This record gives sequence, C-alpha cells and structure tokens, in this order.
Amino acid sequence: MTTKLFGEPVQRREDPRLLTGQGRYLDDLGPGALAAAFVRSPHAHARIRDIDVSGALDVEGLVAIYTWEDLPGRAGQPLPLLIPHPALTHGRTAYPLAKDVVRHVGEPVVMVVARDRYLAEDACALIEVDYEFLKPVVGVEEALRSGNLVHEDVPDNVGAHMVQEVPSADGRGAAEAIEAAPYSLEFRLDIERSASMPLEGRGVYARWDADDHSLRVYSSTQTSTSVRMAIAATLGLPLPKVEVIAPDVGGGFGVKIMHPWPEEILVPWAAITLGREVKWTEDRREHFISSAHERAQVQQVKVGFDGEGHVLGLDVTILHDHGAYTPYGIIVPIITSTQLLGPYRIGAYRVEFSSVYTNTVQVTPYRGAGRPQGVFCMERTMDHISRHLGLDRAAVRAANFIQPDEFPYDQGMIFQDGRPLIYDSGDYPESLRMLKELIDWDGFPARKAEAAARGRRLGIGIGCYVEGTGVGPYEGGHVQVTSDGRVHVSTGLTSQGQGHETVFAQIAASELGVPLERVSVVTGDTRRFGYAVGTFASRAAVMSGNAIALACRKVREKALRIAADALEADPRDLSITDGVVHVAGDPRASIPLATVAVLSNPLRYAFDEEAKRATQFAGGGSADRPPIEEGDEPGLEGREYYSPIRSTFASGMHAAIVETDPDTAEITILRYAVVHDCGNLINPMIVEGQIHGGVAQGVGGALYERMVYDQHGQLLNASFMDFLMPYVTEVPAVETAHLETPSPLNPLGIKGAGEAGVIPVSAVIASAVEDAEDFPIDRMPLSPSELFDLRSRHGTG
Amino acid sequence: MHSITLVVNGVVREATVPARTLLSDCLRHHLGLTGTHVGCEHGVCGCCTVLMDGEPVRSCLTLAVTADGHEITTVEGLAGPGGALSPVQRAFAECHGLQCGFCTPGFLCTATALLAENPDPSDDEIVEGISGNLCRCTGYQNIVKSVRRAAELIREEA
Repeated sequence: MTTKLFGEPVQRREDPRLLTGQGRYLDDLGPGALAAAFVRSPHAHARIRDIDVSGALDVEGLVAIYTWEDLPGRAGQPLPLLIPHPALTHGRTAYPLAKDVVRHVGEPVVMVVARDRYLAEDACALIEVDYEFLKPVVGVEEALRSGNLVHEDVPDNVGAHMVQEVPSADGRGAAEAIEAAPYSLEFRLDIERSASMPLEGRGVYARWDADDHSLRVYSSTQTSTSVRMAIAATLGLPLPKVEVIAPDVGGGFGVKIMHPWPEEILVPWAAITLGREVKWTEDRREHFISSAHERAQVQQVKVGFDGEGHVLGLDVTILHDHGAYTPYGIIVPIITSTQLLGPYRIGAYRVEFSSVYTNTVQVTPYRGAGRPQGVFCMERTMDHISRHLGLDRAAVRAANFIQPDEFPYDQGMIFQDGRPLIYDSGDYPESLRMLKELIDWDGFPARKAEAAARGRRLGIGIGCYVEGTGVGPYEGGHVQVTSDGRVHVSTGLTSQGQGHETVFAQIAASELGVPLERVSVVTGDTRRFGYAVGTFASRAAVMSGNAIALACRKVREKALRIAADALEADPRDLSITDGVVHVAGDPRASIPLATVAVLSNPLRYAFDEEAKRATQFAGGGSADRPPIEEGDEPGLEGREYYSPIRSTFASGMHAAIVETDPDTAEITILRYAVVHDCGNLINPMIVEGQIHGGVAQGVGGALYERMVYDQHGQLLNASFMDFLMPYVTEVPAVETAHLETPSPLNPLGIKGAGEAGVIPVSAVIASAVEDAEDFPIDRMPLSPSELFDLRSRHGTG
Repeated sequence: MHSITLVVNGVVREATVPARTLLSDCLRHHLGLTGTHVGCEHGVCGCCTVLMDGEPVRSCLTLAVTADGHEITTVEGLAGPGGALSPVQRAFAECHGLQCGFCTPGFLCTATALLAENPDPSDDEIVEGISGNLCRCTGYQNIVKSVRRAAELIREEA
C-alpha cells in the first residue's frame, strides 16, 4: 500500500450530504407517487369472516383497495421461508395480505392506494373487517402449555427443535460430566423481547416503466439484491427488468435484513397494476406491530465445575419465542446455541432449543442476533460459579479461557453459516488484562467499601464474548478507473450508517495509490452490482472490504502492466502514488493512472483530447497481436469476489461500574469500559462509533426496552412514549481500548465490528447489579421497580 | 384548504394545505424540503425538530397552518452563504456525531438553538440541551463531543 489511508480515522464521505439535508431516504423520493396505507389486524388471532370496503369507496383521492383475493399467482402465495433448516420441521410464513386467519396484531389485511397518505388512511379507517376471535397464544411457556394453536397444523406450537452436543475430551456427555463434577448448579434465566427500532422505519417506492416493461424499486432494506430476486420471482418478471436500490437508510440493526416484507411485494405489484408510482412509508406504530422483534428467550441451565471454576459440563435448554411466523428460519436460536460458548474451552456441552410459535410479531435478527442471549447465559453461569466458590469473577473466566496458542480452536459445533465453529484467532488473556487495567478491577473492592461507608451502593460487572463475523457465502467488489482518473467502486451489500462509503474508499485508495477524494463508492444498487448477500452479522467490512481490495489488486496489476508497456519498464519497478505510476529510481518516468485508463481501452473513436492516445492510428501496440489480448478485457476495471471458508471470530470484554439507589432502586451506570478485538482496524473512528452505538442499544436492552404484550396479544407499549429507548441521559460515556489480533482468514486481516458493542451489555449490567445488591439477577431488562421487588423478595429491601 | 405563507430558510414560501397537515409534511411534501425527517409522529424522537422563530419545535406536532407568518429554519438552512457548513455541521463531521444521519437534522437544529442561547455550555448543559432527541446509532457520546466542539468553533470564529 502506497498511500496510508487504511487504519486512519478519516472523516466520513457521507457526512456533507447528511449534514445539509441532502441525504435521500426512502420517503424523500417520489414526491408525486401515490401513497399506500394498510388496514392491519387489531386482533392477535382471528378468522376473517368478511371485509367490507364499501364505506371507503367515496373517499376523495382513493385509487385502489386490495385484499388477498386480488393477488395473482405467486403474489398470493405465502412469503418465502428464507433460510430452511432440517430442524425447522414446521416452518410457516405469512401471506402478503392475510388469507382467512390473522396471527398477530398488525398483520396486513387490506392495502389502500390513494393520492396521499392522509387520504389513504381516511379510506383505511372506513373499511370494516368482520373477525371471528380465536384464542391467542402469548409467551413461550403458555404456547407449550395451553393447547391453543397459532397454526392449526403445528402441534404444540413447536416450529423447530434442535439439539447439539459436544462431548468432553474424555468422551463424556454433558449430563454425565455434570453428574461427575465436584460442584453443580441449576438455574433459570429470562430475557425479554426488544427490537431493532431504527429511527427510519421501513419503506418501499416502486416505479413501473410501461414502455420498457421494467421495474425500479427503492426499499429501505439491508439487502437490495435479494429483494430484487424475490420481487422478480414473485411477480414473474425477468430479473434484468428489475432494479432495486437501497437509498440512504436511516438505520437497520437487523430488522431490514428480513425480506421480502409484504410491502416489498405489494407496492411494486400495485405500481405495475396501476401503471403509477406507488410509495409506502411505515409509520412508528406500524413498525412496532408489523416489523420484527427479537431477544425473548427462557433458558434452563445446568452446570458442573471444579473447585477452580473450570466448567466440566454445561447443559442449556432454551425456549425461543419466534412469534407468529418463521420467515428467517431459526438463525437466532442457532446463534444463541453456538455463540454461548464465548471465549471458553469447556468440558462437555449440550444445548437444546425449541423455537415456538406465539401470536406476536415475528422474531428475526436484531443487532447481536441471538448472541446477547447466549452471552447472558454463559456470563451469568460464570458469575454463579464464582459466587458459589467465593472466587474472583475475572479469575473464573480466565480459568476457562481458550489460550492464544490454541488457535485455530474448534468448538465442535456447526455455526449459523452451516460451517464448523472454528475460532481463527484471538488473545483472551490479554483482553482481560487490558480490561482489568482500564476499569481498575483490582482497585474496585476498596472503592466499593469506601462508597458503602458513605451509604452508597456500588457494583462492578464483567462480560466476555466471541462473535462470529463476516459470514459467507460471499460478497463482490467492482472497481473501475475512468479516463478522468476517477475511481468508481461498487459493492452489492447495503449501508445503514456504517460509513461504508468511507471505509471502502480508504481500502481502494490505499490499494490503488490514489487520493481518497478521487474514489467514490456505491453500495446497495443492483444497477451497479447485482450479486450480493446483504449487510448483517458484522460482515460488510470483512466481506466487501476484502472483495474490493482483491478487485483493486487486479486493477493495479493491469495498470502496472499497461504502464510498463508505455514506459518501457519492468512492471516490478513501478509503483503508484497520488494516482500516478512511477518508475523506481527515475522520477521523470511516470504516467498518470488516468492515461493508463485511456490506454486500457483501444479506441476507434476519440471522444476527447486525451482519448486520442488510444485510437488506432496513434501508434503503440504490436501489429502482430490483437488490440485486446486473449483473456484480457478493455478498460481499467476489475471485479472480484471474496468467499471465505468460514466466519472470522471477533471478541471483546466489557466491564461496568453501577450504582443502585438504596431507596429508589434506580440503577445508574457510572463507568463503562470496552476492550475490543476486531483484527486490523480500517477506520478507528468509525469502529469506536459502532461500539458506542452498540453499547447504547445494549443499555436499552439491559435496563429499559421490552415489548409488553398482554394476555390477548395486544402490544401495550407500541410507541416511543412507552417503549423506552435511551436518550443521552441514560447512556454512559464508553471508555474503549483496542486489541488487534488479525484474522488469518482474509487478505486485510479484519474482523467485523458492527454488533460488538451490544452483545455482552445485559450480562455486564446484571453482573454489576448483582455485585451491588448481593443477590442473583436472572432476568433482563431490570427496571427500578423490579429491582425493588427483588430486594423485598431477598429480604434486603 | 388554507393558504399559508412561511419564511423558510429566509425565503418566502406559500402553500395551500388542508388544516390537518402537519408542519413536517408541509415542509417535506409541499415545499420539497425533505431534510427534516419524521421518526415517530408523536413528538418523542425529535428527528423532525426545526426552528420556528429561532426556537426548536417538533414539526410533527405542529400544524402547518399554525406556522403561518412565522420564520422556519430547517437543516437545509443551517449552512452559510455559498453553502459553507455551519460550525455545528462541521463539528458533527469532525467528531463523528452521526452515523445513519436520520436523527441528525433534529440534533443540528436543537444544537444550533442551544448554542445561540448558551454559547459556552457545560457538559451537563449540553446533555440537558439534547436530551429530547433520540439517536439509535451513535450512543450520543460523539454528539455531546460535537456540540462541545461546535461551541469552540463558534468562539474561535467570533
């Protein structure tokens, strides 16, 4: 690399437009489009007896009203089950518009299209749906117990059941290892529902070109390529006639990787059917009741260990609430099951989960995607062991760490990508050392005692995690140097605020030796790059970053070959700096990359002065060879794909000091420290930002956020007034330190960072509150009133 | 329908809107100023914050007709003549005070008003000043830093 940009805290390329109101989010597009709005089920479980639209027909500006009966062919079929799995024996997905039965509050029943959104909502309010009530199922234990069924043909409401077991080195199963262990414990843990809750909801805007028979769709999605394929397949359109673009997206955090949402089928279909532009922008209540939730699990833990805290056997049984449908398969509980192991080498492990239907919003990944639950389980277990043995909590963790010389380390399980769970690199003892230093772990007991003497109640907590990042199957990158010397980079995955335009430009500028300002990056636009998977699982930098680096290396090699011809030099003596190819040791022998781009494309027609150099009478090139050599292509561009053999494993450790108010039970985070290892850093400023934001969401999950369903399946807190997301006043300043253990699996040595901040926070806060209060914390989130009740129950209130 | 006249970012703008039209929708859909974002439409998230006669208001809780005759500043109006970014805008870029950018216009308007009233706020006053705006990306740490930096820039350039 000739230009040092990789690793620098470069300011973001995105910011000038986003700071001036020039961003283009979904609802900023299509000012003349018709507006769609939906009649959604007000009931958690009901049979639709009749839909009467007559009252709405006179609404001014009404264009169309659609129900399931209007949907043709595959548009009227259930939406795809995206990730099939042999253990998902009873997978079920919804229809784009409800057919016969609604299974959660918020399920779309009728679509209205009108001149504007106000009028569309007027019409929705006048449509009458006659429902026959069915018994709702709410809560996983209720789902197994009650006998009421979410889907008539799914007995016991169990969609999937899966067991993975890894015996100990001496061949014992978990039950046997626990039985034989000197000590054992059993306990239960509960984690509530939460949700991604991006500040921009979902949205879809479609334009049909009747002359060209082509469709352009904008969607606030984390995967434009896959939405495109789903639309083409469902609406029976030739793939080349469908373009999908993710414009600026106002946060995703997982919920927008789910697709195709009903609206992503219905809005394009309506646009084609009406021959008009149609747009739907989700409102906040719709987002609460019709987009996805996550997190809710009940875990039963049995653990056997020795006197030093080594885990000899661990048996975890998980009840996972996946809501009314399983379009995203069972990825979340699979991740919980596997990532639960964290940085630890434990004896025997058995994990069993049942993924269960309830009459609630479907559950699909939210930042962390099952990992916060798994880490909560393992870290609560470590604290239980420490407490039981009277040992330091950090020491018990250290006793179980995989050591730096044990990598690659095979956990003996199958990960979410269907590949072995093999950790590629890491240094957990060093992370712990750094964390203890950062938070002053060893000095805390004195601080706690001193605070106690003044009537204050302090506690310190710790949580460790390992995160599989950069999952496959692949991403690609395309790099083109045009004859003006500009570098155009594109990749198919999407952006929702991660700064991809900046970090991918840093990679390209570093690899090609060009100024950053000359590089532009496009993501999530199928017109530019058609093959991609999407942005999720902390994978974008690893996957597209490496693909773009590989594409740049291909372009660089070609540029040097052409430049060598032009300069009559050996390509090995050439380097590129500031967009100019130089011959080593001869400062006068150079050629701009722009000129190399001109020469790379043999021309018949000169379109400008510079282009004349590549025309057929300009000289150069041998008359005995074709202008384009066999196997070569015109142009200075390259496309490469990065497809890793398996995921790369980032890791981290967090610690927090909390204060609990002896009277009000209010919980305040006084300090929050993070040690994070995501391999080589491309842009430390952006990685820090990802961690800050992740911790803030983790704090929300630990102390505030929950989806409160009543027994009827009504979501009681479907607004920002009642679903408590942290403001600035609730989020502590995060102190960070970075360890860089490069990944051996990819050329840039990087690992993912997007989800790191959120993963261990609930575990850390539970650990800290437990330390402050001296009784076990077994559920999250924890409100002051719940802490108050716990104090009463433990006789310490 | 009601005809209203607003001074938006220093320019007289006229619109004809139904009485129920929110100021946020009027700015975005009638006047084409889509920089003002709508995150909740119930006044909690603060994405839609604009300045009315210099004071921050939730444009999603304000009817456009009630803004008749008032001066409105939106994110599009924060930059100086010739499009030079304001100190607040520059500080947000410098301190990585934004990620997805959706809440950013609300924070920029709020911080602009805060610093106009209190050019040298303490950290507690900054936190208090932006405590009515939600951000789901940044964890706020760099937003606080941005506001602090903006105050410095304003002082340096005064």
